[in-house]
Amino acid sequence: MNRMSLPEKLSINKYELDEGHPHIVVNTEVCSAVCKTKACLFVCPAGVYSEQEGKIIADWAGCVECGTCKAACPTEALSWEYPRGGFGVIYRYG
Amino acid sequence: MEEKFDVIIVGAGLAGSAAAYRLAQEGLEVVLIERGPYPGAKNLSGGVLYGRVLNDLIPEYWKDAPIERYITNQRVAFITEQAFFNIDFKNQVFSQTPYNAVSVLRGKFDRWLGEKAEEAGAMLVPGIRVDKVLIEDRRAVGVVAGDEDMRADVIIAADGANSFLAQQVGLRGRFETGHLAVGVKELIGLPRETIEERFNLTGDEGVAYGVVGFATRGVAGGGFLYTNKESISVGLVMHLDELIETGVKPAEVIEDFLAHPMVAPLIRGGKLLEYGAHLVPEGGLAMMPRLAMDGMLVTGDAAGLSVNNGFVVRGMDLAIASGVAAAEAVLEAKKKNDFSAQGLSAYQRLMDESFAMKDMRTYAGAPAFMKNDRLYEAYPEMLVSLMTQIYHHDGAPKQHLVPMVMKSIKESKLSLFDLAVDGLKGARSL
Repeated sequence: MNRMSLPEKLSINKYELDEGHPHIVVNTEVCSAVCKTKACLFVCPAGVYSEQEGKIIADWAGCVECGTCKAACPTEALSWEYPRGGFGVIYRYG
Repeated sequence: MEEKFDVIIVGAGLAGSAAAYRLAQEGLEVVLIERGPYPGAKNLSGGVLYGRVLNDLIPEYWKDAPIERYITNQRVAFITEQAFFNIDFKNQVFSQTPYNAVSVLRGKFDRWLGEKAEEAGAMLVPGIRVDKVLIEDRRAVGVVAGDEDMRADVIIAADGANSFLAQQVGLRGRFETGHLAVGVKELIGLPRETIEERFNLTGDEGVAYGVVGFATRGVAGGGFLYTNKESISVGLVMHLDELIETGVKPAEVIEDFLAHPMVAPLIRGGKLLEYGAHLVPEGGLAMMPRLAMDGMLVTGDAAGLSVNNGFVVRGMDLAIASGVAAAEAVLEAKKKNDFSAQGLSAYQRLMDESFAMKDMRTYAGAPAFMKNDRLYEAYPEMLVSLMTQIYHHDGAPKQHLVPMVMKSIKESKLSLFDLAVDGLKGARSL
């Protein structure tokens, strides 16, 4: 198999995007003040999180809703809930 | 006056739909709420289902259900960066119905079970996210979804590994990262004939690989590879606490796993069909929440039901068992018209009597045993070193097996003491 980038892989998935309703909100003040591990940046299997100018940004559209980030976040800085009913990732195979 | 149901089940995965099916069979008014647009849309497993328990609920389910292949070949692979050592076990007994194990894809399989529940009379409501359990006088009396309340005598939380509902009502606390694993999986499409030729399969036979070693970069966990009809499920499961400690990225190591000399030829020419991830409750008995409160029961992944003894990874069969046990408990409670924790206590009793809790207890020590670095680095290296000494002829004179074994132990930085301790612990916990 040809090597694929993570965004390429995610682009194959089916999503129903709930525009204007992010299901992940990062309290960046808590992150900067308290968090040293910033585990969300590497544990997320969908690479949702990145750090830009010292702030954690969540590109929530590609989220596969596993909940790993929330479990790994040591500071409760992540407000993470499931997308509204019918929205988010839709596994055709699973 | 708003309508009140007998039971509201949150989550149409295997636990939820099994419970709904059983309750609807007995004529109860059951609402099965699913946040995805159809059952299975949010669900992901490896996924091998040890299907005996489903056959008890729906006899000869495999004739009707969208199963992929029945697993005839069980393989364990120990891998290092360059090498792999497989143990391949095939028994024709595994071809007999009811199949011992089948590979499934949850997007199809859960959809089927949800439909079975619906046919039995349950009201399936997809596309609705339950926000919380409605509590009155410390008793679960319904659920809240958006600005709508729905009431029932009993709420069954079958809302998956994250179970926000069990957490909300205090049946469980915040997760410990040591009790969770991250599963990441790619589904790779290949023609049916290619899969059958490549894996030496006849017809609908299938293979399940468990992979120990280099794949997880020393992080506790393992790899898997299962054959479906026209695709291969391949992925990794890694303990969250160790991912956080080491900084290993699941999204990167799965890419390396696909390129590993054991995996690459098996998926060559394949096309990625889907990429997914899921939390796995790997903590075993130690992470199980309380299973019941007044008006509410917790089932499946939400109840932390999974078994991983290194050879076999299970969760779906335990989920179905818990869904059925929860349904039976509700039926008993209904006879007495007592839906308190006491009235629903048959759930815990039925679970304790079933294989599900017995296996959870048998393997209670397995999660601790798995947190041993030697399993993922030293032992695969030892095996590979030994096999290399046996087969590699480089002009140096050969030695007998005992000195070869001693050399491979030494090279992998193991001691005889490690071997004795791990052997004993393994024999006790697996």
